[in-house]
Amino acid sequence: MSEAALRPLADCRTAETVIRMEGIGKVYDTGKIKVEALKGVDLSIGSGELVAIIGPSGSGKSTLMNLIGCLDTPSSGLYELCGQSVAGMKKDQLAAIRNRRVGFVFQSFNLLSQISAFENVEMPMLFGGWSRRRRKARVEDLLERVGLADRMEHKPTELSGGQMQRVAIARAMAMDPDILLADEPTGNLDSSSGQDIMSLFEELWQQGRTIVVITHDPALAKRADRQVEIRDGLVV
Amino acid sequence: MFRRPLLVFQLFLRSSRVQKKRAVLTIAAIAWGSLSLLLLLSFGEGLKRQLLVADSGLGRNIAIMWPGETTRPWNGMPSGRPIRPRVEDIALIAARVPDLHAVSGEIRSWRTAYTYGTKTVNSRLTGASLTYGDIRNHIPRAGGRFLNHLDEQMRRRVIFLGQELAGDLFGDQDPVGRELLVDNTPYTVVGVMIDKLQNSTYGGPDAGHGVIPISTFKAQYGRDLLSTIVVKATRPELMPAVLQSVRETMSVKYGFDPEDERVLGTWNTVEGADVMAKIMMGIQLFLGIIGGLTLVVGGIGVANIMYAVVKERTTEIGVKMALGARPSWVTGPLILEGLTYTLLGGALGLIMAIGLMMVLEMIPTEGNEALQMLGKPTLSLPIAVANALVLGTIGLLAGYFPARRAAMVDPAETLRYE
Repeated sequence: MSEAALRPLADCRTAETVIRMEGIGKVYDTGKIKVEALKGVDLSIGSGELVAIIGPSGSGKSTLMNLIGCLDTPSSGLYELCGQSVAGMKKDQLAAIRNRRVGFVFQSFNLLSQISAFENVEMPMLFGGWSRRRRKARVEDLLERVGLADRMEHKPTELSGGQMQRVAIARAMAMDPDILLADEPTGNLDSSSGQDIMSLFEELWQQGRTIVVITHDPALAKRADRQVEIRDGLVV
Repeated sequence: MFRRPLLVFQLFLRSSRVQKKRAVLTIAAIAWGSLSLLLLLSFGEGLKRQLLVADSGLGRNIAIMWPGETTRPWNGMPSGRPIRPRVEDIALIAARVPDLHAVSGEIRSWRTAYTYGTKTVNSRLTGASLTYGDIRNHIPRAGGRFLNHLDEQMRRRVIFLGQELAGDLFGDQDPVGRELLVDNTPYTVVGVMIDKLQNSTYGGPDAGHGVIPISTFKAQYGRDLLSTIVVKATRPELMPAVLQSVRETMSVKYGFDPEDERVLGTWNTVEGADVMAKIMMGIQLFLGIIGGLTLVVGGIGVANIMYAVVKERTTEIGVKMALGARPSWVTGPLILEGLTYTLLGGALGLIMAIGLMMVLEMIPTEGNEALQMLGKPTLSLPIAVANALVLGTIGLLAGYFPARRAAMVDPAETLRYE
């Protein structure tokens, strides 16, 4: 698949359904034991929705997130992202999709600790093949929007948890993705930082972004459009 | 990696720093291995060159023939007849045999009294053709010369001395131009041989004999029968044909079966040189393998550090993949990193090897025969190229396998838990 095939991102914005899953199953085969993490999930997320995926630990939430984010491919079922089936894609194609269509925010931030906030946010643009000038402008704009204009050259270890998560959100937004995927984004933060992050998400959502948040914080889940509960690998 | 080499390089520059100590140790291991390989190969090369020099002491690519007896009946004549070529046959061979670079006859006396002043030394005397100096590498010291045409034509009583014989007779004096007695006949010294390494002889090293014109020898001693015939072909590979032609020429004159190899016993040094070249090749290969193995150990060190790097950076690799890095953008920088350690170590090894060579260059080998035979270790271009190739291969392999493991990192797995 050529990179150009991913280009018309606008199509995805206007599409009714961004994520369409039918009968998605995921089996982890560790050799001796097979673990069935997902047992036929049907899920449809429309454009511009803010969806919270909730459920107890071990229910398959993270597996679902990995599948949505194309970090992993389903064992069975149909998954269409922006109307495009993911099945049978090569690793390089999946990498391109992750780069352009999906922004990840993790519970543990997962910033690269030895490089600055600026370079962290810049990383996806490097993979996207942007020019230096374009990268610089974009990174500065993003860090400004999350309120860290004065922290650009700081390393992640020199930032507070809330600041780190804001860098991570800026990084997730770097390539202007169609979907923002957040896995327990406030799990490692104190409540006030958590509130800030949540507000940031709402702001992005109001700008028309599709956001999927995985959480088991009921307060967080309540602020979403829609709650999807997963239990034992099935949508309840 | 291949579509965006610049990105791979950028990512390589931005990858996290490894522990310095570990990197230094790894580079040192490669430098050591590289140094061992270079030194061993250089010593091999030095030995080879020195052997070549020593081999040249006798003369390069010559053959020596000794008269013998027939072992087959020929034209009604019985076997067991001695065949003795004469001085005049040298001109015959030179005229008849094609592809001949030069031929020289030799008449030898095994015990000749050399007298200078009150000192007498018993040693060997050789009457030889003029071509002898060239094909048997009798090179005169400055101020002297080998025998020439007039010497031969006029049967002059002139003598060219081996350097040891000259030293025994004349001590520190320059013998050139002085007179000495050879079996009580006065001779003038025209030249003394330069010091030369000689690792093979027939009858004794050249340093200890004197050479006079073959015509003079014939006149003084009344001997006409040749002790040996020394032959050199225009090209080494033509030697068998030349030797065959010499035998045929002689067989026509003296009446023997040209296929009868015992009539003219032959020592073809070209064959020996071939064997020698093979032995040297074997030695070089053996030294190379030992050095190469040392280098492989260093390479394992690099692979080891790269595996550790991959393990340390698993999360980083997972994050990069989540952000849209292709597998090759993860593996490429790692391979470059492994290659960098290897090449840094290699460069260091090369510098140390060159330094050591320079130090060894300063050690005098004069008077030490062991060192003289070993020669000077020589760091030739092929050796440096071979070293670079081995290093490059090891570096690539040492980076490739850890990188392949990195490419197999499951991003979902690494990002799940911290």
